[in-house]
Amino acid sequence: MTEFLQQLINGLSLGAIYALIALGYTMVYGVLRFINFAHSDVFMIGAFAGFYSSRALPDASVAHGLTVLCIAMIACAILGIVIERLAYRPLRARSKLTVLITAIGVSLLLENLGQFIFGAAPKRFPQIFPEKNLTLAGGMTLSSSQIIVLVVTIVCLVSLRFIVMKTKIGTAMRAVSFNPIAASLVGINTDIVISFTFGLGSALAAAGGILYSMNYQAIDPLMGILPGLKAFVAAVLGGIGNIPGAALGGLLLGVIETFVNGSRWSTYTDAIAFAVLILILLFKPAGLLGQLEVEKV
Amino acid sequence: MLEIKNLTVNYGVITALHDVSLTIPRGSIVTLIGGNGAGKTTTLRAISGLLQPAGGSIHYAAENGRAEEITSVPAHQLVRRGLAHVPEGRMVFANLTVQENLQMGAYLQRDKALIRRELDYVFGVFPRLQEREKQIAGTLSGGEQQMLAIGRALMSQPKFLMLDEPSLGIAPLLVKTIFEKIVEINRAHGITILLVEQNANLALEISHFGYVLETGRVILQGAAAALRQNPQVRSAYLGGA
Ligand SMILES: Nc1ncnc2c1ncn2[C@@H]1O[C@H](COP(=O)(O)OP(=O)(O)OP(=O)(O)O)[C@@H](O)[C@H]1O
Ligand SMILES: [Mg+2]
Repeated sequence: MTEFLQQLINGLSLGAIYALIALGYTMVYGVLRFINFAHSDVFMIGAFAGFYSSRALPDASVAHGLTVLCIAMIACAILGIVIERLAYRPLRARSKLTVLITAIGVSLLLENLGQFIFGAAPKRFPQIFPEKNLTLAGGMTLSSSQIIVLVVTIVCLVSLRFIVMKTKIGTAMRAVSFNPIAASLVGINTDIVISFTFGLGSALAAAGGILYSMNYQAIDPLMGILPGLKAFVAAVLGGIGNIPGAALGGLLLGVIETFVNGSRWSTYTDAIAFAVLILILLFKPAGLLGQLEVEKV
Repeated sequence: MLEIKNLTVNYGVITALHDVSLTIPRGSIVTLIGGNGAGKTTTLRAISGLLQPAGGSIHYAAENGRAEEITSVPAHQLVRRGLAHVPEGRMVFANLTVQENLQMGAYLQRDKALIRRELDYVFGVFPRLQEREKQIAGTLSGGEQQMLAIGRALMSQPKFLMLDEPSLGIAPLLVKTIFEKIVEINRAHGITILLVEQNANLALEISHFGYVLETGRVILQGAAAALRQNPQVRSAYLGGA
């Protein structure tokens, strides 16, 4: 039982990171109906933004940790907005495939630029929050970084839900996502809403990047590829375009992965995790919370 | 209020509108009638900035002042100038509640008190919407969605309102109500209206002027009463007799 709870907590804290990345995929898909393949590299840039800004704040404390987190989130929000403005917006009227290929190009560009600027060798991610292990009843341990992952994720998810459901810009996001033409007919500048969406999604990816690096401690310019792919799958699993779905998909994927990893089939972790996803999608093709929609022309 | 001169719109190689000229005087209700594919929706979409015309000009005068050319102004900027467009097929935000749809209608309005006043006005026109305030718009009936689409447009406090087939797919009794509301909106609030309808009889009955569009060209125009007597209109659009 303790073993099970321990694995569950480990799984949830891994899944929380997938969830944070998955939200960006799903929100951008929601407003533009395309997969931003460069999103996983924004996650990587978030980790490096944390790495470099932590040099100015060397000792680990909660205040410093949060500052590093905020700097990375803001830097990536700007990066996400700039990517959309320069690479995707000029192609808005083109076919989805053109934009998709451009996104792959942007992704490769960021990875190569990363290798050029940061160096290809992995770097050790510094400790930005104080480290302490908490032993709970029954011998379960909870590391402080796990607590931080869970708390930061919960704060991000609650704030996101508030923004999307209660604010004007969030309502406008949902309106644009449903019908951009009708949105522009009520006076919504869809370009601003799209920029905002990219900013928001990229900030969450940066938070994911920092939390991931705190747990894995090594960062490199290609670190985004695998978590990015898994987060993308998580977004599809939850129902692409559906925000609670992305969070659910991320958490589920993290938990499945952790349990498989702890079993005797651990060599096949990724294969089994993906097989489970394929099974779920066979029975729920639109994802857990998604609704099938007729492709709009 | 709106002056369209020689408007030409192409979809790729297809020309949907050829040299269409329309005049919509302030305070009037003008109807555009025509069969399927005549170019009615295209005309409205060009006016509201959703389509880029290939030629011609559109001038709009919001207040009793100088007309401004709005030919290539994007849709979202025209809302601020007092143009509102209830599109074909209603296009309510089906994933939002009735209340959120109406709030989005007042997207550019920052004054909460004014939004509240406008909301009360819309609920006065369509009490049904108030009863369904918290309901997800996608679950409204077709007629209720049409009321919501009109209500949403009214929330922006337009001076010029375009309606694309408000009677489409709605029971005759409700069509009558909606047309009465259109007259009310026009009379009581001085909102100029451009109405597109297949239901030519009803539309001409409440209009001052009418234009008949056929394959992208204006083939007839005149006072609504005169058009209703016109034998050509009677046989083609008013069901003979
Ligand atoms: N997006 C488009 N691409 C290509 N052709 C189009 C497009 N939209 C409309 N058309 C064509 O332009 C012409 C005018 O269409 P429009 O929708 O304006 O007609 P309408 O008068 O509103 O018809 P209806 O009463 O059926 O709504 C039609 O021949 C139509 O096929
Ligand atoms: Mg039409």
